[in-house]
Amino acid sequence: MKQRNNDFVFSFLIILICIIIVVVVIYPVYFVFIASVSNPSSVANGNVWLYPKGFTLMGYKEIMKDSRIWVGYKNTLIYAIGGMLISMLFTMPAAYALSRKDFKARGFLMLFFTFTMFFNGGLIPTYLTVKNFHLDNTIWVMLIPFSVNVYNIIISRTFFQNNIPGELLEAAKLDGCSNIQFFVKVVLPLSKAILAVISLYYIVGYWNEYFKALMYLREDRLYPLQMVLRDILTRNQAYASGQLGSGASAEGSVQQKADLVKYGVIVVSTLPIIVIYPLIQKYFDKGVMIGSLKG
Amino acid sequence: MYTHYKNVVKHIKDYYELYILVMPAVIIILLFNYIPMYGVQIAFREFDPSKGFIGGEFAGLKYFIKFINSFQFTDLIKNTFFLSFYSILAGFPVPIILALFINQIKKAKAKKFIQTVSYMPHFISVIVLVGMLSIFLSPSSGIVGHVYRSFGLDPINFMGATKYFRSIYVLSDIWQHSGWNSIIYIAALSAIDPTLYEAAEVDGANRWQKLIMIDIPSLVPTIIILLILNSGNIMNIGFEKVYLMQNSMNLPVSEVISTYVYKIGIMSNQISYASAIGLFNTMINFVFLVFVNFISKKTSDISLW
Repeated sequence: MKQRNNDFVFSFLIILICIIIVVVVIYPVYFVFIASVSNPSSVANGNVWLYPKGFTLMGYKEIMKDSRIWVGYKNTLIYAIGGMLISMLFTMPAAYALSRKDFKARGFLMLFFTFTMFFNGGLIPTYLTVKNFHLDNTIWVMLIPFSVNVYNIIISRTFFQNNIPGELLEAAKLDGCSNIQFFVKVVLPLSKAILAVISLYYIVGYWNEYFKALMYLREDRLYPLQMVLRDILTRNQAYASGQLGSGASAEGSVQQKADLVKYGVIVVSTLPIIVIYPLIQKYFDKGVMIGSLKG
Repeated sequence: MYTHYKNVVKHIKDYYELYILVMPAVIIILLFNYIPMYGVQIAFREFDPSKGFIGGEFAGLKYFIKFINSFQFTDLIKNTFFLSFYSILAGFPVPIILALFINQIKKAKAKKFIQTVSYMPHFISVIVLVGMLSIFLSPSSGIVGHVYRSFGLDPINFMGATKYFRSIYVLSDIWQHSGWNSIIYIAALSAIDPTLYEAAEVDGANRWQKLIMIDIPSLVPTIIILLILNSGNIMNIGFEKVYLMQNSMNLPVSEVISTYVYKIGIMSNQISYASAIGLFNTMINFVFLVFVNFISKKTSDISLW
């Protein structure tokens, strides 16, 4: 009897903690959303808590008018999709070659790659190298120099090792299939889960990237969305003109309207990633994750 | 000799395609990871932009000594170390506890839902996160300010206070990444042999006892490996978030080595000095990694090498 009581208390605690986690994680994001469609002075005065008040799309209208955001959006799409494709093109073939136990150069090449996970030249020598190749202030710096993520190679390699049976290769070889044909026609179709997960990792990485842009880009026309967000969110430049002006209107002060724009850009910039992630999430099964663990 | 030659030819004939497959990644890593490593020597030279990495005159340890004697030295080391140490101390246990907890949820759908929700903040960009922090924590219009006022307290300017900088940094990190970091522990827990639980049930263990006796011990190897890896990054506190959270008011605690290297090297163009500071930082990391790995090897027999 005591035992069952004990387990009942345990189950109750679990439900309670579940609710706390969901509230703690979701509420800040939910608040940003309701604040982005509420009357800005209600938000500033602390009257918006659970649902939008004084519904308005004024913030989103401001965002639509702002050409910086559109240019940033376009650049981010180019960097995220182009970057992901280039990264996958470099990562997956390398990961497959390294997964082949009969490949003699494998040991040396693994060392070659993993060494860079622990040692690097540091910020300044890397910056100078990119500059020497004249890649700075071009779109290529966002796509090429940092396109290979060694961690992703290792996860994919482990996946190939565990999921592509050796007999398959033997059989294909008997049929006269070459290594590259085998990789393209047999390995890739069997590896949809890892392709989905690693593509997602790369897309999210490129989508949220701002450090490379900060380091290497100097022109507005090349800036990704995150650099525009930085101006709006952390430097308070909600309006392209750069000045907030003064005075107040029925919807609230200029600063309050600027805050409305901030809530709006958070929604506009984060939504695409939050939407694609649950679609891929079903592949985060233990097969992929345990792969990263064993390394 | 002849058979050796024949073996090489056969190897190349059988495997040249694998070399083709791995080559693009090798070239990228060689150009943008190994060339910069070679370029580290500018920390020991007077950098001359027209001559590149090896052209400048040899300066020895001049810039390392300059850094150690500079008045920012103690503050930078202290800020970097404390922020990082606080992050590990507070942030490391949370994903473990979260994984143990998620593993206790028996309904598959509920488990999936909690996982989906808890991973989500990981996908928010640093800029958006810091933007959210500054809006929420604004003393005049932020939601936290309103909570303070509703209790009759004066709102605090959190983002501008040296006292709160580290806590805001660490707590927001926990909020953002704990769910994601729990994945690896959840994977380790799902690999536990179910017969262990059955045996424990036969012995009359309740859920709490199973958690203590089976779940936690099975996580120990993963915990130790991640702890070693984290300690190797102890001085590598992320540039991006700290740089975005910096303002003139919190700078006394928020200036860390990586942000300082950026300012000295990229913004004020003291290339050799900044490289020396960066290299100094890497060496501290390496010493920590070796030290923690050594301790772990002695005490638990788990180590990276």
